[in-house]
Amino acid sequence: MSLLQHGDCHAFEAAGRRFLYLSASAAVVAMDEVSTAVLEAVAARPRVRDELVSDLADRHAPGAVDEAIAELTGVRALHRREAPIPAPRRMLPLTPVPLSTMVMNVTNQCNLSCAYCYEYSEDRVVQTDYGRQPKWMSEETARASVDFLLRESGPVAHLTFFGGETLLNFRVLQAAVAYADQQAAALGKQIDYSITTNATLLGPEVIDFLAEHRFGVTVSIDGPPDVQNRFRVFHGGRGSYDVVAPKIRALIRKHRSRPIGARVTLTRDTLDIRRVFTHLTEDMGFSEVGFAPATTAPERSYAVGSDGFDAVLEQFRDLADDFRDAAIAHRHHGFSNVRETLEEIHKGANKAWPCGAGMGLLGVSTSGDVALCHRFAGSDDHRLGDVRGGIDRSAQAGFLRDHHVAGKPDCLSCWARPLCAGGCYHEAHTRYGTTQAANLHYCDWIRGWTDTCLQIYGEIAVRNPAFLKQFEGPDEAPQPG
Amino acid sequence: MKHLSPVNEKARRLARSLDAPEKTGGAPDRDVVALQQQGPPQQPPGPHVPLGCSTVFSPGWEVDRTGGTAGLCQPVERDLFDCHIGCFWPAQVPDQLNHAPDWTAKCAAAQKDWRKIDLVFP
Repeated sequence: MSLLQHGDCHAFEAAGRRFLYLSASAAVVAMDEVSTAVLEAVAARPRVRDELVSDLADRHAPGAVDEAIAELTGVRALHRREAPIPAPRRMLPLTPVPLSTMVMNVTNQCNLSCAYCYEYSEDRVVQTDYGRQPKWMSEETARASVDFLLRESGPVAHLTFFGGETLLNFRVLQAAVAYADQQAAALGKQIDYSITTNATLLGPEVIDFLAEHRFGVTVSIDGPPDVQNRFRVFHGGRGSYDVVAPKIRALIRKHRSRPIGARVTLTRDTLDIRRVFTHLTEDMGFSEVGFAPATTAPERSYAVGSDGFDAVLEQFRDLADDFRDAAIAHRHHGFSNVRETLEEIHKGANKAWPCGAGMGLLGVSTSGDVALCHRFAGSDDHRLGDVRGGIDRSAQAGFLRDHHVAGKPDCLSCWARPLCAGGCYHEAHTRYGTTQAANLHYCDWIRGWTDTCLQIYGEIAVRNPAFLKQFEGPDEAPQPG
Repeated sequence: MKHLSPVNEKARRLARSLDAPEKTGGAPDRDVVALQQQGPPQQPPGPHVPLGCSTVFSPGWEVDRTGGTAGLCQPVERDLFDCHIGCFWPAQVPDQLNHAPDWTAKCAAAQKDWRKIDLVFP
């Protein structure tokens, strides 16, 4: 008789119930007493079926234990020792994935000198100062990029403007939007716009333009004055808080049609997450705030170290509890890191690649080169064609083959694999010198955070399942305010 | 599923696919499901041209035109049984004299009962 072993899953508890996250499928199931008892017994040590039945005989009938074994085996939470769970197969898309989002770097110049910036710091991928990439995207290249997006996209296309500081090239941005509106209408496609900016150049004319074209706006900002002015400084070293704060308030007052988000870069010195969150939401009026640690080589003085990651996780959990309480009361909460993870959990995202870079998302450099994403735009080593000649399909297929999670042995035994798949290519490139590496420095962090989000998901699924409907279709999200 | 209840969307889909074989009497934990068509086809559909023994009720061929097993008119398990009994082709089957005398006991008519020819686990 064959030994039953614990399989590819992660058990967690929420709202007094036991749940399982199944890594083979990214399904979330609730367990009853029998399946919980079977799984716990096998987790303690592998057992054969007869032993399991007799060990649980005082609580559960043999028939029920057999059913639970069959169900747990069927979802791969258990497996027989001689039949190990098959590893994910390297399956590539047979037809090209349509382009959904194009991130357009309209300039690689910036009026701030944030020490941690991946574009200018010691860890930069692309030589932006004296390289062959022009400092500014031309109108002609912007139009060619728009044509490229509309050629490669499905019925809906998303165009994201990026930099450098994006608004330094506002003239070309405006021209691109006018051209894209006209071309999309001619082709019967829908197009929408978003922008990431440091807010230093958000004058009234710019704000009107963004509001009029319903831009999704993300502002890079680190928090209250002492935090913001620590790294986000002008070239002369002056902090930028006093310049950006009134402009952000004006933007939020004027542009009401889409929620405006803040994007915070965490460093070793700026780890007071709750204070930053409260300032950005309550004092400034952002409806969403997302946090991410600075992408750096580990030896940089501002890199978040391993104890820093523990501190981040602890504070993330604390703030995530607020999100959970708000969600149960069907109120909006702006901690976007939780919202994004919950959406992926609810849909059962099971990623073969960590993100859409190189497939549904591409970055375009100032010269019109197409790369994995905006962080690699302009890098010859990560080039996937150019906007005029189109996507280099063989380079793209090679990229997808070489970066599939099936090729990351460390990930194959990890239960958080469906949501992480090895993590950010740019982070891996900066830390390990190759986009193919799994980001092993934050595995514990990812598992800790995923576990937190699973617990929150379980609580919401039991106490206010209606909240999760927003992830199934539009119009049901609790609105900010 | 009775002892596990689906919570997210993926779990609902998983439950549907796991519950389906039970209705037709299959045993999901022992059946060779990987060789049969599961879910949407992985190859673009095209005309399937059976070759070889296709004039009788026995395809007798191990792969379809794409080199896989998903497009065969009969599942490969049936092929195994057929080659073993009625054909000169040597199919590797369990030892019916000593170890697995009842291997085909439940399979009275191959066209209907091929699913009952199971793997033999040592």
